[in-house]
Amino acid sequence: MSKQAKHWEKTRSLLFITLAIWFVFSIGIFFFGAEMEASSFRPLGYPLSYYMTCQGSLGIFVILIFWFANQQEKIDEEFGYSEKEDD
Amino acid sequence: MIKGKFIDNLPKVYGIYTGGFLVFIILMAIAESMGMSAKLIGIFFVSFTVGIYAIIGYLSRTLQLDAYYVAGRQVPTVFNGMATAADWMSGASFVAMAGGIYFKGYGYMALLVGWTGGYVLVASLLAPYLRKFGCYTVPDFIGTRYGGNLARVSAVIVLTVASFTYVTAQINATGTIASVALDIPFGIAVYVGLASILICSMLGGMRAVTWTQVAQYIVLIIAYLLPVFWISNKMGAGIFPHFMLADEVARIADLESQFGLGTVKNTAADLATVPKGLAGITKAHSEVNTTPWKFISLAVCMMAGTASLPHVMMRYFTTPSVKSARRSVGWSLFFIFLLYSSAPMLATLSKLSLMDPNLATGIIGKSITEVQNIDWYQNWNQANLMFVSDFNGNGTLELNEFFMGGKAVVLATPEIAGLPYVISGLVAAGGMAAAMSTADGLVLAIANALSHDLYYKIIDPKAETAKRLIVARVLLVIIGFAGATIAALEIQGILGSVIWAFDFAMSGLFFPLVLGVWWKRANAQGAVAGMLLGLISGTAYLIWVRNGGAGFWGVTQLTFGIVGSAVSLVSMVAVSLMTKAPDAATQRMVDEVRIPSGKTVLGKQH
Repeated sequence: MSKQAKHWEKTRSLLFITLAIWFVFSIGIFFFGAEMEASSFRPLGYPLSYYMTCQGSLGIFVILIFWFANQQEKIDEEFGYSEKEDD
Repeated sequence: MIKGKFIDNLPKVYGIYTGGFLVFIILMAIAESMGMSAKLIGIFFVSFTVGIYAIIGYLSRTLQLDAYYVAGRQVPTVFNGMATAADWMSGASFVAMAGGIYFKGYGYMALLVGWTGGYVLVASLLAPYLRKFGCYTVPDFIGTRYGGNLARVSAVIVLTVASFTYVTAQINATGTIASVALDIPFGIAVYVGLASILICSMLGGMRAVTWTQVAQYIVLIIAYLLPVFWISNKMGAGIFPHFMLADEVARIADLESQFGLGTVKNTAADLATVPKGLAGITKAHSEVNTTPWKFISLAVCMMAGTASLPHVMMRYFTTPSVKSARRSVGWSLFFIFLLYSSAPMLATLSKLSLMDPNLATGIIGKSITEVQNIDWYQNWNQANLMFVSDFNGNGTLELNEFFMGGKAVVLATPEIAGLPYVISGLVAAGGMAAAMSTADGLVLAIANALSHDLYYKIIDPKAETAKRLIVARVLLVIIGFAGATIAALEIQGILGSVIWAFDFAMSGLFFPLVLGVWWKRANAQGAVAGMLLGLISGTAYLIWVRNGGAGFWGVTQLTFGIVGSAVSLVSMVAVSLMTKAPDAATQRMVDEVRIPSGKTVLGKQH
C-alpha cells in the first residue's frame, strides 16, 4: 500500500473515532433525557440532563476538536505531510 | 496600509483596543453618575463602537483579490477563531437565545447542543480539506471538484437561498437595536444598520470583515458576560454563576410548584388580551419537557446546517495553513462556548430575579398596581415587551399573569436586577456587534459567490482584477439593500428565519460538500441532483407543513432539513452510481486534497 493510502486509512479511522464520540454526546445521551434527569449523579449539583445541555456536551466538543487536531497532526507528521513553515 | 507588521502586532493592537473599550465603559459610568441621560448613553455606546468598526473597515481597504476574498490567507489561528465566533454568533444567539431558554427550558437547549456540536463536523469532515483546496468561495469548491457550470450554479443557488434567509434576520436585528438605542423609527434604522454593515465590508472585503469581526467579538463577549457575573454576584449566588447556580436552579423548581406552574391555566379569552409576541412561562425551568426525537432532530439539523453554511466555512479559507485551519475551529468553538454556556445562566438569573419573593426585585406575589408603577416595567411595557393583567381579579400578580417578550430577557434583565443604565447601553452595543458581524459575513458570502462564481467564472472569465473588484462591491451593495428592504417588511421573527437558514443549507449543501471530500466516486450529475432535489424537497416540505400539512417522521417546519438532506443523500448516491465515474484528473484532485501539506489544489489559477 502506498504511503498516501496508509495516511488516508489512519485519517479515516481517526474520523470514525471522533464522530463516534461526537455522536454519543450530541445525540446518544439525549435519548435518555428522562433517565439523566432522575439520575443521582448531579455534576456541580445540577440535574444531569440540564448540565449536559448547557455545559457538559459543549465543553466536551471543545476538548474533542483540539484532541482531534492533535491526533491528526501526529498522523501527518508520521507520514511527512506536516508543514514546516507553519505558524 | 496594514501589512505584515500589523499581523505581527495583533495581540498588542487588540489589547489596546480592549483596554480602550473598558476605559470607555468606565467613562460612561462616571458620566451616568454625573447625570447623563439614559438616552444619551445608549447613543454614545452604539455610535462609538460602530465608529470604531468603520475606521477598521476603512484602514483595511484593499485592491488585491487575495486580500478581498480570503484576507490574504494570513489570519492567525486564534484571531480567526475570534472572528469566526463573531461571524457565527448572530442577533439570534445574543438577543434571542437566552429568552428561548427562559420560556422553553430543556426543549430549547437543543439549539445549544446543535450550534456547538456542528463544529466537530466542520473540523473533522470539511474545513481542513477545503482550506487545502484553496478556493475563494464554497461554490468554487463544488464547481471545481465536480466540474461544470451547472454544479457551480446549483451551489450558488443553495448558498443564496440559505444566506439570504439568514441575513434579513440579522439586518432586522441591527435595525431593532439601532431604533431603540438611537431613538429613530424602525424603517429608517434598518438602513442605518445596513450602512454600518457596508462600511465594514465594502472597501476591504474579507480582510476588513476579519478585523472588524475580531473587534466585534471583544465587544459582544464583554457585553454578555459582564452583566451575568454582576447580577449573579449581586444576588448572592457567587461571582462565577456557571459553577454555582445549582441551588438557584433548584429554588426555581420549588417556586414553580409553589406558584402553581402547569396547574393554574389561563383561559383563551384572557390570553387574547395579551399583546402579540409576548409569552408567560409555561414550561418548567430545568425539567426534561420534550420527547427525545424532538430534541435530537432539532440538534441534528443545527449541526448539519453549521457544517454547510458558507459564511462560516469561508472563514477557514483565511488561515495560513491546513493545520491552522483545523486548530482554528477549536478556538472558534471555545470562544462560542464562553457565550453559549452563559445563556442558560442568564435565563436562570433573570427568572429568579422576577420570581423570588425574598429578593427585592421579585414581582410575583406583589400587588398589580405596585408592579405597574415600577419604572422598568413602564419602560418595557411601552416598548411592547412586557405585560401584566389581573386575570383572576385578586389584585395580586400571579406567575401566569406576567408576560414578556423573548428579547427582554437579555435586554431588560440588567435593569430589572437593578444594574446601572450603563450596562444596558453596553448590552445594546453588544447586540449590535453580534448582528452586524454575522450580517457582514453573510452579505460578503453571497456577493462573493455571485461575483466570483457567477460573474468571473461563468460570464466573463477574462475580466481584469480591477473590474472584478468593482463588480464584487456593486453586488455587495445590491445584496445589502435587497436584504434591508425585505427586513423592513418584518415577515418572519429573527429566530425562525435563522433556524430556516440552517435547514436550507443542510438540505442542499451538506452531502455534496462532505461527499466531495470523502467519496471519490461522487460525480457532477450526482452533486447537481443532490443540491437541487435536496433544496426543492426541503422547501416543498416547509411550504406543505406551513400550510397545515400533517408532516411525517415528526419533522416540523423547524427541522425540514432532515427531509431535504435525506432526499439529497439518496439522489446524490443513486445518480452518481448510475452515471460515469469522475475522470482520472478529478480523482487525482481528490487525492491531492487529502494530503494536508504542499501547495493548494487550485494554486494561483484564480
